[in-house]
Amino acid sequence: MLKKLRLTLFVVALCSAQAHAELVIDVQGVAQPTPVAIVPFGWQGSTPSAPLDVAQVITDDLRRSGRFAPLAERDMLQKPTDGADVDFQDWGFVGVEAVVVGSLVQTDENAYTLEFHLFDVFGRRELVGYRMPASRGTMRGAAHRAADMIYEKLTGIKGVFGTKVAYVSAEEQANGLLYSLTVADQDGENEHRIMESTDPIMSPAWSPDSRQLAYVSFEGNKSSIFIQTLRSGNRYQISNRPGINGAPSFSPDGRKLVVTLGGVDGNLDIFVLDITSRQTRQLTTHRAIDTEGTWSPDGRYIYFTSDRSGGPQVYRILANGGTPERVTFEGSYNARPRLSPDGTRLAMVHNDRGNYRIAVMNLERKDLLVLSTGRQDESPSFAPNSDILIYATRQGRDGVLETVSADGLIRQKMASGRGDVREPVWSPFPRF
Amino acid sequence: MAQIKLFTCVALAALLVGCSSSPSIDDPEPTDAVYGDSATTDGAGNDPMGGGEDVTGKNEDLQRVIYFAFDSSEVRPQDQDLIARHAMQISNDSSYRVRLEGHADERGSREYNIGLGERRSQAVRQLLLIQGVRASQVATVSFGEERPVAHGSSESDYAQNRRVEITYTN
Repeated sequence: MLKKLRLTLFVVALCSAQAHAELVIDVQGVAQPTPVAIVPFGWQGSTPSAPLDVAQVITDDLRRSGRFAPLAERDMLQKPTDGADVDFQDWGFVGVEAVVVGSLVQTDENAYTLEFHLFDVFGRRELVGYRMPASRGTMRGAAHRAADMIYEKLTGIKGVFGTKVAYVSAEEQANGLLYSLTVADQDGENEHRIMESTDPIMSPAWSPDSRQLAYVSFEGNKSSIFIQTLRSGNRYQISNRPGINGAPSFSPDGRKLVVTLGGVDGNLDIFVLDITSRQTRQLTTHRAIDTEGTWSPDGRYIYFTSDRSGGPQVYRILANGGTPERVTFEGSYNARPRLSPDGTRLAMVHNDRGNYRIAVMNLERKDLLVLSTGRQDESPSFAPNSDILIYATRQGRDGVLETVSADGLIRQKMASGRGDVREPVWSPFPRF
Repeated sequence: MAQIKLFTCVALAALLVGCSSSPSIDDPEPTDAVYGDSATTDGAGNDPMGGGEDVTGKNEDLQRVIYFAFDSSEVRPQDQDLIARHAMQISNDSSYRVRLEGHADERGSREYNIGLGERRSQAVRQLLLIQGVRASQVATVSFGEERPVAHGSSESDYAQNRRVEITYTN
């Protein structure tokens, strides 16, 4: 914390010394989000109002990040829609450090142009301006892209406002639970239920190109692994071996899955499954429970949970095979490893004095930081910018989702669907 | 209903004969709340320890659920006799098929809990195989924490969820 403060002071000093220095907004955590203003966008088109309130989408994205405090519209002294009309002195008066202005213009029946400009109030200059085409269907995505650009310009961190989240829900019905697998925008909008079953669904996993989800289904009263293509809804069974089929996770090149197979004797082990050939290669043979495999982003290692030392701990093994090496040594229970996309950190479920919480370990320093505060927290998943995690927690008896920044300072409840929600997984960056 | 009475009978008989350890906080018998009925003893003579009738090979309505202690996949001493009766029933008729469904309480990671549930169903499977049941007659599955019978977070709820259910599939 002290280190961070010194960095802030240094940055501020640098800014005032050089007239053209970049405006860098230091992350202060929830205590001091940066005041910004996103002015309602101008609208030109055949309908009285725009098909989407773009400024509102951007405002909500920035506010939910925990790093920004957007100004309410009623407090805006002026509402320019053109960069030329921005009066920096006025904005300085209301204490705002950055201003976004923009417009939406209809050019054809279902064609629009979205334009925005981001200004640094202190530096009295434009930081970024962008114009992009959109249809009614892609407009929300375009607004998120704008929010990403603004966020990255102001924080130096790549934004994830255009990404998606998948999760499992269980809803009580008259004759038992209805399980479903849902994909939604990371802000909870645009929920699409992609699979529904009266038998449990578990362990969704995104393919690296974001086009598919692998998951475990208990249809037919046994576990098997499916891969489903989101756009078409088509799915196929990729692993239905005797016994347990579980914990699928894609390799970075998308060609393989690491899976857990139990066989007839129920000895859970880690296997690498080639998706095209369906051939498997066994990585562990110990009679312990070896499960929850996940690849390192560079493809070299597979991390997994094993209780071979008595209780669950995180191990890793070379993806091409070798001797498992223990990775976690703090605490009696460490399970469900997930690596950050930048490869520097390991998230896990960690038993902290009787509570199951999300902890993150810096792989170089090997220190453990407990990020969550519940009693039954589980299923951590990193956002593709490695800066935020989403996980499942409890609110009373309901399962809900929460996000937390990687430094633990900013925590948000995520709007989720009906029923008991669990097992969130954050999509990779979309590949256009 | 007969199932509940028989269960209570066996439990009482076991306690009386002293062949089970006394219940501990980690290993409580499920309370009446599970079944919603107050149990009464059945005087019909199904007590295995005295009196009673030989029902070898007959299609008895045996109890289908056994419970496990925290973090354990060992079949408890008080359940050994029940497993033996299932083993006898199944092995006496080669057309019988059973599915052993293992479960865990909700604490901790889901896929690891699949492993715990599987350990429990495998423990029951091993006992059946040792006692003459053919491997082809037994299937195992683990639902981990995904199919709880008790939805709360108390120790009693957890105890009710740590179980193996024996389902006859034909």
